[in-house]
Amino acid sequence: MTSYHDIPISGYRRANGRVGIRNHVLILPVDDISNAAVEGVAQLIRGTTALPHPYGRLQFGADLDLTFQTLVGTGKNPNVAAVVVIGIEPNWTEHIAKQIAETGKPVAGFGIERFGDLKTIEMAARKAKEFVHYASELPRVPVDWKEIWVSTKCGESDTTSGLASNPTVGRVFERLEKTGNTLIFGETTEVTGAEDKVMEQCATPEIAAQFKAAFDNYQELVQSQGVSLMGSQPTEGNIRGGLSTIEEKALGNVEKMGRCTIVGFLEPAQEPQKPGLHFMDSSSAAAEMVTLCCAAGAALHLFTTGQGNIIGNKIEPVIKLSANPLTVATMSEHIDVDISGLLRFEYNLDGAADRTMEMMARTINGRLTSAETLRHDEFVLTKLYRSA
Amino acid sequence: MKKGILLHEATDDVGVAAMDLHAGAEVEAVTLEGAAVVMLTPVEDIPLGHKMAMRSLPAGKHIVEYGRPIGYASADIPAGGHVHVHNIKSLRWAGTDQIVKEQEKLS
Repeated sequence: MTSYHDIPISGYRRANGRVGIRNHVLILPVDDISNAAVEGVAQLIRGTTALPHPYGRLQFGADLDLTFQTLVGTGKNPNVAAVVVIGIEPNWTEHIAKQIAETGKPVAGFGIERFGDLKTIEMAARKAKEFVHYASELPRVPVDWKEIWVSTKCGESDTTSGLASNPTVGRVFERLEKTGNTLIFGETTEVTGAEDKVMEQCATPEIAAQFKAAFDNYQELVQSQGVSLMGSQPTEGNIRGGLSTIEEKALGNVEKMGRCTIVGFLEPAQEPQKPGLHFMDSSSAAAEMVTLCCAAGAALHLFTTGQGNIIGNKIEPVIKLSANPLTVATMSEHIDVDISGLLRFEYNLDGAADRTMEMMARTINGRLTSAETLRHDEFVLTKLYRSA
Repeated sequence: MKKGILLHEATDDVGVAAMDLHAGAEVEAVTLEGAAVVMLTPVEDIPLGHKMAMRSLPAGKHIVEYGRPIGYASADIPAGGHVHVHNIKSLRWAGTDQIVKEQEKLS
């Protein structure tokens, strides 16, 4: 088998120095009622990517900030070449467009008030066409592994996750940490039972304290709704699969961080400021978590699954790994890397990591992931509380 | 020398069945890195993904997997025995009384 070292990788180098592996011209709505105009533009102009979503109106405080930060971060993601922002109000639209433009990429904002959908669509479509011409002429250039920001999450986990696919990501992350990559993991509630291990791997007591505060906060939020996650973990399905305690389930989950040192704590959608592994306070719901990773700037996602989670993301390609032979056989169209051979003793952890990195190299170079080809375009904003 | 058990750490108290294991059929336990650790015979059938005791685990003992305690033995478990919800309990959310009781047992 070809080693990933032997595969030259290429990407798009943006004006701010970040490296993308896709080249989207994004049509981004500020709010729910601008989805129609956004989709109108995307239907008219080939090579554009619309990101409709259901929020952005009458949110307030931290909830509004997170929605805007997610929209801005998604626009800033290096997998995006240029952005057309459309919103009902011109000032909010400009607010989003201006922040994305800090990256140096072409951005234009269009407010619908005083124009209506049809005129807005015409103006925005002309700009989108210009951006597509621009983006389609951008060359792929040779890039280094360390320039690719990678995030990870697991979903529909079973014993094969803790046994094989999560440790495989852990091994990949250990290699990328040495290379100098920027790495993100999270799932604040899912580490319950292994939070002390996460804290031990934090570089400083301050980072450990930040993590613990976010962890306790999430527990309190859940409890304030009269619910206990503790009693329901592990789930019946987990137990059928062989998991016995919440500690065991959580330790299997955090295998994804390998032996890496956590060098930073991130608020949801916050961009890492240095290389190394970061913990991002985030929901454990797959689409929400990957959307936040994308908004934080990650270019490529490694998603491990046992029973077969099918999630994707429109901007950040999601590579899916599974070590469950039944899932690999019955849901083959969703799985990019089959590492069930680890359970058949055909190769060890390094062999599984090699296979994963070979697929990462091919994906970086343009191979569409299973989720991309199947149009798994999940873009899900994390809502902190209800709107006014 | 049939391989059948995967160990996260060579010193773990439990290994995970990488295939359905049958009572009396000796298998080899190896680490994820591929290093052979020990030959062991399951004393009962153990399904894929479930855990087997690598040594005898007396009731009350903390059970180590991933190099860390994942719970405590709530009954005596023989080497080669099936370790699951019937004989391992969480140390975390067991309730204060239970943890105190287990601590008394250990001291």
